[in-house]
Amino acid sequence: MSQNSSEIRYLTPPSVEVKKKKYCRFKKNKIKYVDYKDPNFLKKFLNEQGKILPRRLTGTSLKYQRKVATAVKRARHLALLPYVTDMMK
Amino acid sequence: MLNQYETVFILTPVLSDVQVKETVEKFKNLILQFGGEMLNEENWGLKKLAYPIQNKTTGFYTLFEFKANPTFIEKLEIEFRRDEKAIRFLTFRLDKHAIAYSERRKSKNTKTEEKEN
Repeated sequence: MSQNSSEIRYLTPPSVEVKKKKYCRFKKNKIKYVDYKDPNFLKKFLNEQGKILPRRLTGTSLKYQRKVATAVKRARHLALLPYVTDMMK
Repeated sequence: MLNQYETVFILTPVLSDVQVKETVEKFKNLILQFGGEMLNEENWGLKKLAYPIQNKTTGFYTLFEFKANPTFIEKLEIEFRRDEKAIRFLTFRLDKHAIAYSERRKSKNTKTEEKEN
C-alpha cells in the first residue's frame, strides 16, 4: 500500500511555498509615524483597486496597521490617494 | 497650552497667483492674530488630484505647521468652510512621534534646498 504513493508522479513537482517569515516593517526599521502626506509610501499598503491590504498579507502589527489605515484615509480625503481606481501602481 | 497642529488645504485652480497668495496670507494672519505661531509653511503648488473635487482635477496644495491653542482650531475650520476658494482642508494635531518626524522632514527639505541653489 505504501509504494503506490510513490507511484504517483506529478507532471510538475508540487512547489510547496517555503513559508517566508513575515515581519512588521515598522517594528523592523523603527518607523514610529506614518505620514499621510507621502502617497508613494502608502501605495505599498494598497492593492490595485486602491483598497487597504489586510494585515495577513502585509504582516504589519495591529498598532501600525491602524496608523496606516488612518493615514490612508486622510490621504484619500486630501485627494492624494484615490478612493477607488482600476490600475494603480 | 499651545498644541502643535498641521493643516493641509487645497485651493481651486481657477485662482490667479495673486489670489492664491492672498488667501494663504489671510489664513496665516488669522493664525498669528489669535496667538498662534507659525512653524513651517510649504507650498506644493498645482498638483493633480486623485479624483475630481467639484469637478476640478487640479488644485493648489498648501501646508501650514503651527502652534495654537485648541479653542482657535474651531474658528480656523469655520473660516475654511466659509471661504469657497478652499475646496478641501484637513487639520491634524501632531503627537510626539509626528513632531519628531516633521523636524526630520524640515531638515531634509532644507538640505535639498541647499543642494539645489
